[in-house]
Amino acid sequence: MEDFIKVENVSFQYVSDVEDEPTVPVNVLKNISMEIKRGEFVALLGHNGCGKSTMAKLLNAMLLPQQGKVTIDGLDTSDEEKCYDIRKTVGLVLQNPDNQLVASIVEEDVAFGPENLGVDPKEIRIRVDEALKAVDMYEYRTHAPFKLSGGQKQRVAIAGIIAMQPKCLVLDEPTAMLDPKGRDEVIATIKKLNKENGITIVLITHYMDEAVQADRVIVMNDGAVLVQGEPHEVFSQVELLKRHRLDVPQATELMYRLRGRGFFSGVEQAQLPLDSDECVAVIDRIFKQKQAEE
Amino acid sequence: MLKDITLGQFLPGDSPVHRLDPRAKILLLIAVIVFIFITGNYISLALVGVFIIAVILFTKISLKMYLKSMKMILFIVLFTGLINLFYGKGEPLVQLGIFTITEAGINNAIFVTVRIALLILASSVLTFTTSPTDLTDAVERLLKPLTVFHIKVHEVAMMMTIALRFVPTLLEETDKIMSAQKARGADMDSGNLIKRVKALIPVLIPLFLSAFRRASDLAIAMECRCYQGGSGRTRMKTLHYGKIDAYGAAICLVLLTGVILCNIFLPATVR
Repeated sequence: MEDFIKVENVSFQYVSDVEDEPTVPVNVLKNISMEIKRGEFVALLGHNGCGKSTMAKLLNAMLLPQQGKVTIDGLDTSDEEKCYDIRKTVGLVLQNPDNQLVASIVEEDVAFGPENLGVDPKEIRIRVDEALKAVDMYEYRTHAPFKLSGGQKQRVAIAGIIAMQPKCLVLDEPTAMLDPKGRDEVIATIKKLNKENGITIVLITHYMDEAVQADRVIVMNDGAVLVQGEPHEVFSQVELLKRHRLDVPQATELMYRLRGRGFFSGVEQAQLPLDSDECVAVIDRIFKQKQAEE
Repeated sequence: MLKDITLGQFLPGDSPVHRLDPRAKILLLIAVIVFIFITGNYISLALVGVFIIAVILFTKISLKMYLKSMKMILFIVLFTGLINLFYGKGEPLVQLGIFTITEAGINNAIFVTVRIALLILASSVLTFTTSPTDLTDAVERLLKPLTVFHIKVHEVAMMMTIALRFVPTLLEETDKIMSAQKARGADMDSGNLIKRVKALIPVLIPLFLSAFRRASDLAIAMECRCYQGGSGRTRMKTLHYGKIDAYGAAICLVLLTGVILCNIFLPATVR
């Protein structure tokens, strides 16, 4: 698979523009590089303030790198003429669903993106219906957004981006303000879009149980990539993550601690389970082995 | 309190009035308002009145809703009527100290009261039967010619759309902030007027702050969705004038003829 998004040696700093405050520039990104392949589902993890959201905005030319280069599908984001092509290719979904919806009717909100692109009215109708079906919100098309639940609103926001037919979706903590049910709905929708529509996904999240569902996990710390790889590879490095006060999935943590006390020493570190199902499977296997030995 | 406002409320339905093109509805409303003010005698006023009541019955919306919208402005209507009662030249019928009531005064009072009432009813028909988005859409399209004079019609319509979209969101937020302040012991329901207004400040400041934060978020979201202003933008829903709009216009034309005929052939009661 080719590299779809390429971030090369990017640095970014914010300067506080509040008066009466010393203007100390804050380095948010420090010479960071990463690649995301076409069709991949990548989870981006890290502390608050580690530069995740800045990274999200760099990926669709909302911000431009002060040093280094961001390339999207061969287009350099610093090329101002290509700005709207890039935003059409990489859709950005934000955290608060309430603040992203423009119109007071669901289908009109979804139509907002394609309308801005100057798509033919008939074609917009088709795209809106398809997008709403893709996020499973078609039967709510004539509803008012403020009557929907948080998860439903966030799915409408995703549909609004999907209607522009992007190749990639960047989601900046889309589930942070949702209840567990809404979170499940949104994650299921994201996974479906990735598997069925082949849309590249960059999911920025705080929740480890969401991150383990990705193809690849990138952990950021203090404006740089700390570790990256498949979920098993990344979360097996419990000591490294703990040292940077980052979480690991609960199942991994449980097994890690049990091993530390001398239980389950037969489990390799790289095989630490990521979710409860895997955890059950591992425990089951170990017990069966023990029984067989006795 | 804020939920009782009926003016500008949309009541979905499937009556012929609902199905009129929103642009046609706005234009016809303007026409009817003009009719209300050119009526010169009771017959023509009654003609317009009967027409508006017929339209109201056609909307299949309960009369209660219309009465509610009247109730809000009842005081203004009656007050204007009362003022007009004492304002008229001619033979005094009743003398109350410095106030004199003449026949012209009585006529003026009745006309003004009925005219304002009809005005409110006719406008209610428009807002009750047209969704806010349709309304802003229609306004944008009707005002489009003004772009020649460098008036940013699209931007104004966009602002209206967003304002309408955020009304329920901000109402909800106000409720939340008020509950939060009450939970901290804020007293909002007692004391004199000045005290109550002062009690609103701790509600308004967080509300404004959050509104600005929302606005900044929304601007980012709109940019992410390639918003570049009005040029080059298409719309999913295109408006078309249909047969029903032609019927509407024809009926109004008949009404206009009736009003003009009444004005010409019957003596004028008011100028």
